[in-house]
Amino acid sequence: MRSMLAFAVGLLLGVAAHAAVPLQASKVSVSEAGQLERDAQIELARQIVMHGSPQGAHSCATCHGEEGQGKTKAAFPHLAGLPAPYLIRQLRHFNQMARDNPSMQAIAHNLSESQIVALAAYFSRLVPPPVMGATVHPPALGEQLALHGSGAVPACVTCHGPGGRGLGGALSAAFPPIAGQPAVYLERQLVAWRNDKRPVGPDGLMGAVGKHLTVEQIRAVSLYFAAQPTLSNVPTAVVRP
Amino acid sequence: MTRPCTLHLSRIAGLAAAIVVLAGCGRPGVPKQETAASRNERAASPHLVVFAPPPLSEIPDDAFGAEVRHGEALFRNTLANAPQYVGNSLTCQSCHLDAGRLAGSAPMWAAWVSYPAYRSKDRRVDTFAARLQGCFRYSMNGKPPPLGSPVLVALEAYSYWMAKGAPTGALLAGARYPVLPRPAQGWNYARGKTVYEQHCALCHSPDGQGLLVDGKPWFPPVWGSRSYNWGAGMARLDLAAGFIKGNMPLGNGGSLTDQQAWDVAYYIDGHERPQDPRYLGSILATREAFHAGPFDTYGRSVDGRLLGAGTGTTGTTTGAHGKRATKPAGT
Ligand code: HEC
Ligand code: HEC
Ligand code: HEC
Ligand code: HEC
Repeated sequence: MRSMLAFAVGLLLGVAAHAAVPLQASKVSVSEAGQLERDAQIELARQIVMHGSPQGAHSCATCHGEEGQGKTKAAFPHLAGLPAPYLIRQLRHFNQMARDNPSMQAIAHNLSESQIVALAAYFSRLVPPPVMGATVHPPALGEQLALHGSGAVPACVTCHGPGGRGLGGALSAAFPPIAGQPAVYLERQLVAWRNDKRPVGPDGLMGAVGKHLTVEQIRAVSLYFAAQPTLSNVPTAVVRP
Repeated sequence: MTRPCTLHLSRIAGLAAAIVVLAGCGRPGVPKQETAASRNERAASPHLVVFAPPPLSEIPDDAFGAEVRHGEALFRNTLANAPQYVGNSLTCQSCHLDAGRLAGSAPMWAAWVSYPAYRSKDRRVDTFAARLQGCFRYSMNGKPPPLGSPVLVALEAYSYWMAKGAPTGALLAGARYPVLPRPAQGWNYARGKTVYEQHCALCHSPDGQGLLVDGKPWFPPVWGSRSYNWGAGMARLDLAAGFIKGNMPLGNGGSLTDQQAWDVAYYIDGHERPQDPRYLGSILATREAFHAGPFDTYGRSVDGRLLGAGTGTTGTTTGAHGKRATKPAGT
């Protein structure tokens, strides 16, 4: 019990020390009961991250890193700092075999709904890794598409926020940050939408966008966002007027 | 014989199909005076010409090209580039997508070859420049830049460059907004509200005020003091429904039914917005003079409120933006 609390405190301190801006999910309730419940939830998640789930899901850390920082070389996405509702949606999609990836389907199959919610809360509170810098210089076409769009495809930043760092708050639940994800990972997602292999997402928006992208555009825009700094480096101020 | 035609310009790829459909359902001729009926007739013309604007990468690297780029920048970021003429949080691109290039979004390349034209709104033949002035006055709730001013010259250069090679006076496929047939069930505020909450509120906010990011307008307001004023084309149900059907929800245009587009247009235009700059001293007089048409909501009672009182901000530049914007825009 003591180690669990120590961990929770350490985690909170860690977040406070790293976060340049308060991440939307890190709003800490003043209610002590709520706090204890959250500590328990985080401890549950941490066990699964480090050692896997009792039902047999692999430890998340193996592929996504202990801090949820991902593995660029292996094209494992970072989960740290992604909005909890977005993570829950994805884990449910894997669980229902609606999103296509054999490893993640097998893993999500061995997670209960409450484990999914706990894991999403856990990762959403971590600070995303800073971006390592581009290995390949992104083609100009990628930046053009990201910032201005093309024809029926709106600028990606319209929905994914400045630099692809998300729009914060309730909007990030629908529109995840995409900055700093591995290029190969991003490319695979966009190809999946093009081929009807990933659920179309909130109100079918991303499915519709993905359908319009050419293979050349997908490659260019994936390289562009892979090279963008994550939320850990640059804050965004969003206001509902 | 004219039958109303449905123009489903959901995607650029859908254009070819739309043209074939249209070719079979109306009488040729491009009427100069625009009424709802003549709009349908025009859209139904079999003489549609297919045209695509050149890619932006082909803007020449010379003095003319610099003016074209200036026009493009104005179009995308109107407030930052012409603060003295803008009185709300919109840009030209807010209603003419992809910087005025997208078919079905009243693209500038199609507009350039359609003027001068008689406009019943102004009761005279308007030049292209006068049309631009109109969008500043009403859609941007601002002040019209004087003829020959750098702002108008740049916007004209940009439009002309995009239209290079398009036949003057021809009716281009993708011109203006899609024309929807009048809805079988009329339009309804409660149904419109449901559509709005399901498909629009995410971006435009449940209160219609949109979103500011780093102090800049990000998702534009669809009603209220920072939106288009009562004199704007978008305040007319037929134009708003056509725009919405073709272009909203953003990135997924064409996904609503015609009925949903009419209903949500009525919901949006069933809210208060800045006064019509032609205001004649009373809502009734203004309604009689400028808003007597079947597609106007000005001066009508919608959801128990009489519309047309305005929002108290007209034609100003500074101060028309969200109080909580970190940097006051337009200064
Ligand atoms: C064997 C390696 C592996 C393990 C172990 C693993 N993942 Fe994954 N995960 C992946 C891969 C690969 C993807 C990318 C799938 C794709 O391309 O669609 C992914 C994607 C995800 C996504 C979607 C991310 C996004 O941005 O949409 C989530 C959420 C996720 N994993 C959560 C978890 C959780 C929680 C665990 C632990 C219970 C875990 N993963 C364990 C390999 C793994
Ligand atoms: C109209 C809004 C909109 C636009 C424009 C848009 N997206 Fe998205 N995007 C979404 C939504 C919504 C999701 C979440 C989908 C889900 O929940 O599965 C998403 C998800 C994504 C993801 C998955 C992230 C992950 O971690 O797996 C990628 C990659 C992506 N978008 C790339 C792009 C690119 C590149 C562009 C520009 C070409 C773009 N998007 C434009 C709405 C949009
Ligand atoms: C609030 C939405 C809105 C904004 C903002 C807006 N417009 Fe428009 N614009 C319209 C509507 C509505 C029409 C009429 C379309 C139709 O008749 O199908 C129109 C028509 C036009 C036309 C004539 C098109 C044609 O084919 O006849 C031009 C030119 C034009 N706008 C330029 C601009 C410029 C330049 C700006 C920025 C200064 C601007 N607009 C801002 C809504 C808007
Ligand atoms: C994914 C976000 C998103 C959704 C969902 C969305 N819009 Fe928009 N809308 C925009 C953006 C962004 C613009 C401005 C286009 C630009 O600047 O490229 C816009 C422009 C508009 C405009 C013209 C400008 C203004 O503010 O008056 C209207 C009207 C409009 N939208 C109505 C709707 C309606 C009705 C729906 C629902 C059916 C909807 N939108 C759904 C993002 C969205």
